[in-house]
Amino acid sequence: MSMTTDMGAGRSDGAPLQAARALITRKRRLALAVPVLLLVYLVYVFFAFDVPGLVQRANMDNARILVADSYSHKVHVTRDARADEMVYAVEGENKGRYPEGTMPAWVTGGFDDTVIDLGEGHVVRFLPDRRVTYDMPGVGVIEIDRVDGKIVAQFPGFGPGESPEWASVSDSRVSITTEAGRLSVTRSKDEVFRYFPGWELFWFTLDSPYHGRGVGEILFGPQIDPARSNVAGAIADFMGNPMWRHADVFWAIGETVLMAFLGTFGAAIIALPLAFLAAKNFAPVVALRFAVRRVFDFVRGVDGLIWTIILSRAFGPGPLTGALAILITDVGGFGKSFSEVLENVDNRQIEGVQSTGAKPLQRYRFGVIPQVTPILLSQILYYFESNTRSATIIGAITGGGIGLFLTQAMQTQKDWEEVTYYIVLIVLMVMVMDTVSGWLRRRLIKGDDAGH
Amino acid sequence: MADLTAARSPGAARNLAQNSDSYLRMVRARRMYSGLMIALFVIAMIIGFRIVEDRSAGGFWEGMPKVLDFPTGLVVEAWEKRANLPGYFVEFFPALIETVNIAAVSTLLGAVLGLGLSLVSTRGLAPFPRLIPVFRRIMDILRAFPEIVIALVLIFVLGGGPVPAMIAIALHTAGALGKLFSEVSENVDLKPLEGLQSVGANWWQRMLLGVMPQVAPNYLSYALMRFEINIRASAILGFVGAGGIGYELRNAMTFGTGRFDISAAIFILLFLTIVFFDQLSSYFRNRLVHGVTR
Repeated sequence: MSMTTDMGAGRSDGAPLQAARALITRKRRLALAVPVLLLVYLVYVFFAFDVPGLVQRANMDNARILVADSYSHKVHVTRDARADEMVYAVEGENKGRYPEGTMPAWVTGGFDDTVIDLGEGHVVRFLPDRRVTYDMPGVGVIEIDRVDGKIVAQFPGFGPGESPEWASVSDSRVSITTEAGRLSVTRSKDEVFRYFPGWELFWFTLDSPYHGRGVGEILFGPQIDPARSNVAGAIADFMGNPMWRHADVFWAIGETVLMAFLGTFGAAIIALPLAFLAAKNFAPVVALRFAVRRVFDFVRGVDGLIWTIILSRAFGPGPLTGALAILITDVGGFGKSFSEVLENVDNRQIEGVQSTGAKPLQRYRFGVIPQVTPILLSQILYYFESNTRSATIIGAITGGGIGLFLTQAMQTQKDWEEVTYYIVLIVLMVMVMDTVSGWLRRRLIKGDDAGH
Repeated sequence: MADLTAARSPGAARNLAQNSDSYLRMVRARRMYSGLMIALFVIAMIIGFRIVEDRSAGGFWEGMPKVLDFPTGLVVEAWEKRANLPGYFVEFFPALIETVNIAAVSTLLGAVLGLGLSLVSTRGLAPFPRLIPVFRRIMDILRAFPEIVIALVLIFVLGGGPVPAMIAIALHTAGALGKLFSEVSENVDLKPLEGLQSVGANWWQRMLLGVMPQVAPNYLSYALMRFEINIRASAILGFVGAGGIGYELRNAMTFGTGRFDISAAIFILLFLTIVFFDQLSSYFRNRLVHGVTR
């Protein structure tokens, strides 16, 4: 604006108008150029990141497994020919096995005469000589036999050796997937999966006496396990659940919060005295102030990732590395912001304290600290909150806390229900920390206002 | 004030004694509380430290002397093979560009999404005031997801590379910036909006012409700050398999002794990049907040 008036001064009446028009035109061009440049940049990145190739590489089957697994589970019914036994297991895991002599309610019979009801009219039968039949509504009975060591499937309405598109058939394997479940027949075993919504055995595994009991029954019902009281036994069995490892997971969450806590507050304790050295109005020596500031910049610039790598070489995997990495990085962050706060303190209060004959240390204690405490605490809390998130990430790198659990569960590429569980817990943890720290910070700032 | 009036009234000395007594009692109580808080806090720190040490592979005092071993080895080796470093700088420069690109694009996309979310969740600006709590919750949830969670899930589906990291950081950025943006736009002057409305401007025009000019400097300043943070985040996500300089760093670390010069080169590149963009962004933020002329 000042440019326009300067240029217009001393000229004819039309000139300021023209100058203003020129300025507006220039601004318009700029307003148009910025989006165009951004668009060009995005197009460049689109190809630099190989997004078209990504569409082909993306594995939508993985996505489907992930989504299905995150809210549902399957129960395996397996006729194992080698071991000559029937196995009923949740997710096919040993820990989810039905105890000897028990089986799901929708399965009847034994090794040579199993009837598996998949619901909605789908029935699979395991027959003697390892014959298998699948009675599918709308299709009829599919018969699977073994001839000369080969697996032969006969679909109703199809000739020998022919099969519909929805089934995958070869000499060594037949697999049929429907909305009700899945049948898979191989040389060594016949296996049926039935899918159920919900996370399997989340509360108790099948070997716990509390499996399948309601909350009311455990709290108020008769004693279930003669050796233990209901509540104590239920809590012990829930925490010790071998599939979900609740106790370990809760420990890991605590460990992550602890990493953030130690790192943040440790950094604050170290940074506070250093911040005095780095603040213009308190620094005893200019050279020292300069040096301390460069140290702050350095540790901040090196960044948590590099500190994590360096420290994990000395302290090994575990939360200690994470806590120290957060500590070192945040000494830089705190040092910088604390010294800025200290530079803005009100000198009158310090002078007031000084006038009563206070020594330097007393001046800091009674003149400075009361002024800055609310601001510093509120900054520390803010860092604490964001460090819970960082601690999750650092834990994934060094192997500590919930981050480790998350990466481990991801690596198996099948325990997506556990991944979902951890994600839910992490998000809850972060939200709780956000809420608590936000509430505390509001109280601190309010308390500060009331003091004036 | 109370003390002054009390001093003038009869029986002032007694009143003063009472006042100072109760004042000192209050101070003592307050000191006791803060002393108690500090004691509790120190105990929590010590216990916490013990627990963390217990659950780690190496102890604190065993590790302390070793802290400098690795950096020293790194520096020594990098110095011995300093002739190699420029070559490595050139070799890993594309990876560095990728890391910066991830941060830039995710900041850009996150800022656009955050801008939208902030406008629809600010009282006085939102086109559907009833949905304000819904959009606020969406921002809270986006903010609560650590980037690594989304990145790891997306890597499983999309395969490794920069795109999962970009999406993960962009979503988190949208939540974080959305909150900061809406704090700014809550203090917006509504008069220009009313003026625009009176001449028949629709919601888009009101936002673009009435709100944006008021909030743009603050928004840009926050977005730049987020860009600094996102460069760090994108390096970290690279380390878990999302491409860029972090990925190269992880590979270099597995080479072990004898190839530390590669790690050193990447450390230096990363350090310089972070410092460079920190300085750049703080320069522009200063200009935005304090104006161009100074």
